[in-house]
Amino acid sequence: MHEVSLIEDVIALIEQERARQAFGRVTVIRLEVGALGHVEPDALRFCFDAVTTGTIAQGSRLEIELIPGEGWCADCRNTAPLDDRFGACPVCAGSRVSITGGDALRLAEMEVE
Amino acid sequence: MCSVCGCGTESLVADAPAFLKVAAGQSNPGLSQTRTIRVERDILSRNNALAGANRRRLREAGVLALNLVSSPGSGKTSLLVCTITELGGRWPMAVIEGDQQTSNDAERIRQTGVQAVQINTGKGCHLDAHMVGHALERLSLAPGGVLFIENVGNLICPAAFDLGEAAKIVVLSVTEGEDKPLKYPGMFAAADLMLLNKSDLLPYLDFDVDACLASALRVNPRIQILTVSARTGEGLRAFYAWIDGRAALAGASAPMATDRDRPG
Repeated sequence: MHEVSLIEDVIALIEQERARQAFGRVTVIRLEVGALGHVEPDALRFCFDAVTTGTIAQGSRLEIELIPGEGWCADCRNTAPLDDRFGACPVCAGSRVSITGGDALRLAEMEVE
Repeated sequence: MCSVCGCGTESLVADAPAFLKVAAGQSNPGLSQTRTIRVERDILSRNNALAGANRRRLREAGVLALNLVSSPGSGKTSLLVCTITELGGRWPMAVIEGDQQTSNDAERIRQTGVQAVQINTGKGCHLDAHMVGHALERLSLAPGGVLFIENVGNLICPAAFDLGEAAKIVVLSVTEGEDKPLKYPGMFAAADLMLLNKSDLLPYLDFDVDACLASALRVNPRIQILTVSARTGEGLRAFYAWIDGRAALAGASAPMATDRDRPG
């Protein structure tokens, strides 16, 4: 389950942030998860408490904002919502669709004390 | 004060997502010591930075690194043993083996005389750039060499983790379903080359090769596909030629360029 190592990476980013600006503890962690990305939000939530225990993020709340998928079609030149990473263009059913949104996994922000 | 950047205005968060407005409210002096820090960083950035460092190190060493990915049991190690045995005199080679447990695969590689480092991922389901960086420290990589990284048998997670390789090679065996590229599209989309292995078993199976190739091309129109058998050697010359081409592209095979005809 690679969500475990992704939460570890989130903790590493938080530690880097703490080196830049001092804070005592993290109360809320907000992630942006792309609907077309490699991450399952439920799996992130499932392992979150276990992975953050004993770290700067222990006891914090995980909030996930799901970023909808979006693609640009080289056939009809439309940008349209995309439900499936390898799906056909929802406008013209063409297959030359490039993902333009909903592919990332980002630590958007956090609340700290 | 704006809780996002501390700039002293409320207007900056007026059009922000709902959760930002909540955060702004919580930052009122006297109500809470809580403040919000915008980070906006890609979570894979740490892995990607380490992968970039690996890639620079390999490039400077003149080494072509290939990341082999597949489900368990597709024949990655057997293909590597064939390749090393056939091409051992042509390029300096090294192997990084990733498995959850045991050093069985590294031992199989070492029996061919090639250096191999085993990484055990324990609970982890994939190799990451950090692990590979440390494995590189344990290998002596000769200029013009080829480094094979045999990833953990898993068609999902390794697709998301760049290791610093020049290319991913996905191995699919004919004892698996021909629609596997559609079921696990992430990996097939990330690969430059697909090896359809165990072709010697095709007479005993109902596997539809054309349907399989169509599946792979549907998720990755640029993928190159070779049908091979590690057991009989079918198709392996084309695979060696592919490596040769990549090594030339990487500028890694310059000393061997005059020897192009021998194994291919």
